[in-house]
Amino acid sequence: MVPVLHAAKAGEIEEGKEGSVPVKGQTASGPLLAVRQLTKLFGSFAACNAIDLQIEPGEIHALLGENGAGKSTLVKMLFGVLAPTSGEIRWRGRNVRITSPSDARCLGIGMVFQHFSLFEALTVAENIALSMNGSVSLARVAEEAARLSQIYGLPLDPKAHVADLSVGERQRIEIVRALLQNPQLIILDEPTSVLTPQEADRLFETLLKLRSEGRSVLYISHRLEEVQRICDRATVLRHGKVTGACDPRAETPASLARMMVGSDVTVVTPEGTSTRGDVQLEARHLSVAARTPFAVSLKDICLRVRAGEVLAIAGVAGNGQSELFDALSGEYPVADDDAVQIRQRPVGTRNINARRLMGAGFVPEERHGHAAISGLSLSDNLVLARSQSDRQAFLGGGALKIIRHGAVKAATRRISEAMDVRKSGDDPPAGSLSGGNLQKFIVGRELDRQPAVLVVNQPTWGVDAGAASRIRQALVDLAKAGSAVLVISQDLDEIFEVATEIAVINEGRLSDPYPARELSREKIGLLMGGMSGKTESAGAAHAH
Amino acid sequence: MRIELEKRAKASALFSILSPFIALALTILFGGVMFALLGKNPVTALYSFFVEPLSEVWSLHELAIKAAPLILIGVGLSVCFRSNNWNIGAEGQFIMGAIAGSALPVLFYDWQSPLLLPLMMLLGMIGGALFAAIPAFLKAHMNTNEILTSLMLVYVAQLFLDWLVRGPWRNPQGMNFPETRTFGADAVLPEMLASGRMHWGFAFAIVAAVLVWFMMRYTLKGFEITVLGQSERAGRFAGFSSRKMIWFSMLFSGALAGLAGISEVSGAMQQLRPVISPGYGFTAIIVAFLGRLNPLGIAAAGLVLALTYLGGEAAQLSIGVSDKVTRVFQGLLLFFVLSCDALIHYRVRLVWDRFAAVKTEEAH
Repeated sequence: MVPVLHAAKAGEIEEGKEGSVPVKGQTASGPLLAVRQLTKLFGSFAACNAIDLQIEPGEIHALLGENGAGKSTLVKMLFGVLAPTSGEIRWRGRNVRITSPSDARCLGIGMVFQHFSLFEALTVAENIALSMNGSVSLARVAEEAARLSQIYGLPLDPKAHVADLSVGERQRIEIVRALLQNPQLIILDEPTSVLTPQEADRLFETLLKLRSEGRSVLYISHRLEEVQRICDRATVLRHGKVTGACDPRAETPASLARMMVGSDVTVVTPEGTSTRGDVQLEARHLSVAARTPFAVSLKDICLRVRAGEVLAIAGVAGNGQSELFDALSGEYPVADDDAVQIRQRPVGTRNINARRLMGAGFVPEERHGHAAISGLSLSDNLVLARSQSDRQAFLGGGALKIIRHGAVKAATRRISEAMDVRKSGDDPPAGSLSGGNLQKFIVGRELDRQPAVLVVNQPTWGVDAGAASRIRQALVDLAKAGSAVLVISQDLDEIFEVATEIAVINEGRLSDPYPARELSREKIGLLMGGMSGKTESAGAAHAH
Repeated sequence: MRIELEKRAKASALFSILSPFIALALTILFGGVMFALLGKNPVTALYSFFVEPLSEVWSLHELAIKAAPLILIGVGLSVCFRSNNWNIGAEGQFIMGAIAGSALPVLFYDWQSPLLLPLMMLLGMIGGALFAAIPAFLKAHMNTNEILTSLMLVYVAQLFLDWLVRGPWRNPQGMNFPETRTFGADAVLPEMLASGRMHWGFAFAIVAAVLVWFMMRYTLKGFEITVLGQSERAGRFAGFSSRKMIWFSMLFSGALAGLAGISEVSGAMQQLRPVISPGYGFTAIIVAFLGRLNPLGIAAAGLVLALTYLGGEAAQLSIGVSDKVTRVFQGLLLFFVLSCDALIHYRVRLVWDRFAAVKTEEAH
């Protein structure tokens, strides 16, 4: 089931034929790709410092490292997006200069980026066609893409506009697009972060299959378990340097993590047997019609979060998570006042600031342009979320509402210290912080208020391991201190780390909550696949 | 082959400040080339265009008279543009403000009172704001594009004024000239200084610039404007309403344009004529961008653009070129301001390979 689009053009395609891999000019021995002393300087800052890396034909090679370790810079050089400052790249023993992604594709390198390179105004098929060499008809591309997406369990509508798709769906386009190129080396940057365990399993099968056909995979991930499961070798980066090359199966997760972050990662300690208080956040038969033709409608959602509890909502991207967040936060109030209750008072029709004043805090999924504005300073971004809830501290001058920059800056410093936000300068623009540090600030901005209710959507999406564990610990601690915490996440590791209760959202419906301890990953996977224990009978298991 | 604009990772802070000056220098340079092509000595031509109008007291007064509406409108537009609302129809709001304010001295020409002038100013602001309310309503509730609606309404206002002064409001004692009655003494915005014609409209402009600067820099309202202009979604998260901001920014800029209109008519003309503006409402867009949407910068930029009007008039007399030169200079200036801004945020690349698009997408 290897996608061979250009072979198909020549009329050679043979569906399902095994082993007929059109490997171009395969040499018998030697590494497929060898990188020597590859260095990339940005000014005087070495994002990659004399990297050595060797990928053999037919291996799955893991590239491990924290955010900012230089992984992305390295693969961008391999894919022709960035030009190396010095060092060499050898492809099949031949010294090559890769000056553009199309060069890379010609060599046989495919790439699935973590940050998507998609044109929002175009359709899925058009985006895929853009990266194809030669003139393949759009209909053919759409057909191939649909076929591939089905084979690999990555459902995609080729006619959908990218702008209307969720983060998870966009990643699927990238994966399908890379597979369509029939690459010898496929680079995957955190590919599983939005897949269900079952879908990830299917992807792993694909990767193993690609390997069995003699192709190589460079697999970037921070999920150590995955790396140990499918990768043959691993190269670990830290601060732009190689800190280790190993066989991941011979290592423990802890030893891999140590190579990655330089010290042992603090393990989040889940809450013990703390007492549960009153219900602080509640949704009663919350139904919301889809705002756009591509949004998901929420259907009769009931949930309750008591003080001291962390309710995690699992689910694959695009199943109503953002719509649920919008309704709970009050960014888009709902018609029925009783449908959302904060601290046992109806707030369904109230706006976000009214809910904040009742003691709720909110952390949206998207950092840039939603939770924060990249061009504004951190202190301005603090005002963004707290102009009303902290108006006595932050605003002066009566009706003029003059922002007290002194007070705001002091609070910014307090939050930065509490959450260990690393930044350049006292009050830099939010956009200059790394993803992990900005997220720590955004979460810290709410924690600083000690909210009685906290609703968080994807708390650690695209965040490095150190920051993620810090954020998760903070969520757990907040619940311990007597707040009600609702976490919407696609990351099952995260969910099991923080949750006391788990529910699953699928197509706008929420399953019953289960105590975290009683729920297995397989069960969650089934719920994500649409078997909401509430409405479907056991017979539906056959559908899977 | 094609040309691509590739977004820079970081805009240079230094060049953001320098860009208006670079744009000015380029405008003058190309203006000189233009004069040379017209067969004039570029140095003397530029001198009579840009320097001579500044050499006498009376012409400095004229400069302030011309700068006042540009600054008032530009300051209002900066609020609009910063909040991502593109009001291009300030020219129409200027005219409708002038008409609304002139209603009192034209229709009740016998009424003399110290209250008259403040009432006229107020009516002028209301008239401008109401006319801006049309594109505001259409954008907020019908999702129309305010650039188109506000621009098209300019022609409605111009023709409405033309009809008024030729028809119902024409001066009965005016020998059929298309003009209204001349305003009574109490309806005239007085001169600020004894030395020349500069009227209090200039003071309004400076006060408005300082107040808006204060609002943008220190108050929550200014913060709201900035936030909604940069990201509607983040604004919603902050609890700000982008719909209310459409109303606020359009009404605010309409009111300032209307105030500029009635100040101009009351202070400089003392009657309505078929044409009361040499394109102030459009030139103010250049002023707003040349001033980097900063109200204090706009005050300075307003003086620069006012100079192009004066220079155009002076150049007709002294070197005998058409006053269209004014428009050329304004056009050059806007072109260079926007080009400089574009180059601050983007770098230009020539792309030979049509598949390289993915690369540029990735680069940021």
